[in-house]
Amino acid sequence: MTSFLFGAAGFVLAMAALGLVVILRRPAEVDHMMAAQLLGTAGVAILLLLAAATETPPIVDVALLLALFAAFAAVAFVRSAPDRESEVSKATSDG
Amino acid sequence: MTISSVFNIGLVVLILGIGASTIAAREAFAAVIAFVVYGLLLAIAWVRLSAVDVALTEAAIGGGMTGMLMLGAVARLRFAKGNDSPASLPARLAAGVLCAVIAAGLATAILVPPEVIPTLAPAVMDNLAQSGLGNPVAGVLFVYRALDTLLEKVVLLLALLGVWSLAPDSVWGGIPGLRVYAQPDRTLTFLAQLLPPVGIVVAIYMCWVGAKEPGGAFQGGTILAAMWLLVMIAGLQSVPSISQPWLRLLLVIGPMIFLAIGLAGFVLASAFLAYPSGYAKALIVAIEFALTLSIGVALGMLAAGPPERVQQP
Amino acid sequence: MNLAFDIFTVSAVSAGALFFLAGTVGLLRFPDSLTRLHALTKVDNLGLGLVVLGLLPQANGLFSALKLVSIWLLVQLSGAIITQLIAGAVRLRGPHG
Repeated sequence: MTSFLFGAAGFVLAMAALGLVVILRRPAEVDHMMAAQLLGTAGVAILLLLAAATETPPIVDVALLLALFAAFAAVAFVRSAPDRESEVSKATSDG
Repeated sequence: MTISSVFNIGLVVLILGIGASTIAAREAFAAVIAFVVYGLLLAIAWVRLSAVDVALTEAAIGGGMTGMLMLGAVARLRFAKGNDSPASLPARLAAGVLCAVIAAGLATAILVPPEVIPTLAPAVMDNLAQSGLGNPVAGVLFVYRALDTLLEKVVLLLALLGVWSLAPDSVWGGIPGLRVYAQPDRTLTFLAQLLPPVGIVVAIYMCWVGAKEPGGAFQGGTILAAMWLLVMIAGLQSVPSISQPWLRLLLVIGPMIFLAIGLAGFVLASAFLAYPSGYAKALIVAIEFALTLSIGVALGMLAAGPPERVQQP
Repeated sequence: MNLAFDIFTVSAVSAGALFFLAGTVGLLRFPDSLTRLHALTKVDNLGLGLVVLGLLPQANGLFSALKLVSIWLLVQLSGAIITQLIAGAVRLRGPHG
């Protein structure tokens, strides 16, 4: 079971690596934004599999934080993409 | 070769590849995204090194906060009118040589360790039970090296002051120039209503569980900062001006409580930052909760940047 | 009983890994950003769901199992909203922006 779970984690890692290579090589910025989404699912799956494989429950907490911060990073990516300045402005005092 | 070492090798290859693509990226935006991916992958690497506390912090800081800070910097650079010429060749050579020397030093330290590796880990584990804590990292942070932790929190406040001091004199005390959405984006508003309650629960859980399992005040504080930034970016709450009394109180309350308990140690337990026996865990948990608040507010304000507008009366 | 659990885990996790493979193939082969986003989100989330399902019998205790399910729910919900955000960006900038 341990070897199987490690193998599954390695397989998902390979899939995530392939996905990242594909995403980051494309020129469009909207493609790069998907990297957060990819890590948010694949990364969480890898960590959950590792937690079960090594029987270390605290790794599940790392997966939880990864899920939260991948979502937060995705918001930061979408907000900061160039050419979006018409929608975004500085904070106003009555915001 | 076992499957776990195959996994480790694959992870290292991926991390190095992402690092290379960060350097090779043509545009700042792509480079920052690659760097954030690098940080999130490093969290998995820390897990493989059995450093779960560091993995938690890496996922929080390297994944969320660093990306936010650097993207804010990239956005400001787009408006800045500096000269576009790249750094001169001697400067780049010097930087490259310095990086190579540091990398070589680190590699030597890891690949050629001394005969008997100096470590205090057994002593830490032997004495941990006395404090009532179960997490050795929390033990090092709050029992054995509590002074360092106190000074680190003060350094965080100093860093925030440094960021604030970048403001011109006329807008001191004003509102940071965090870039928010002018018209409410309904999707983002929904996310900013859904995620923060979950984030707050997770932050409290992280802070509470840090005494026994990996976790602690810093990770919890980073989650609070990220949730607060999300709410401000979505426009659900306005960015506070830096002269607000509640803001300044929350910023200092963590270090102040830490310092107060430390000074009380003179009276109650015969040394600065010593804990009276039997009360250590309760005091440490109290310190951690106060620190979580302060760290959250400090990191949020760090990401918001220096003040740029004056509060309208 | 343990054997039944293990068989369940192996089959569910393998199915989940296959879905991750399908998602990556979609990323590789689909023609434009929106379809790639669709493949990434839907398929990878389903893969994660199957992996969580497979890991449930291995969890020790009800609390751990609930934690796994709530992580999956969080990824599901936030993933759905993030996809909408990215799709909004694609709409604003065109599929090759």
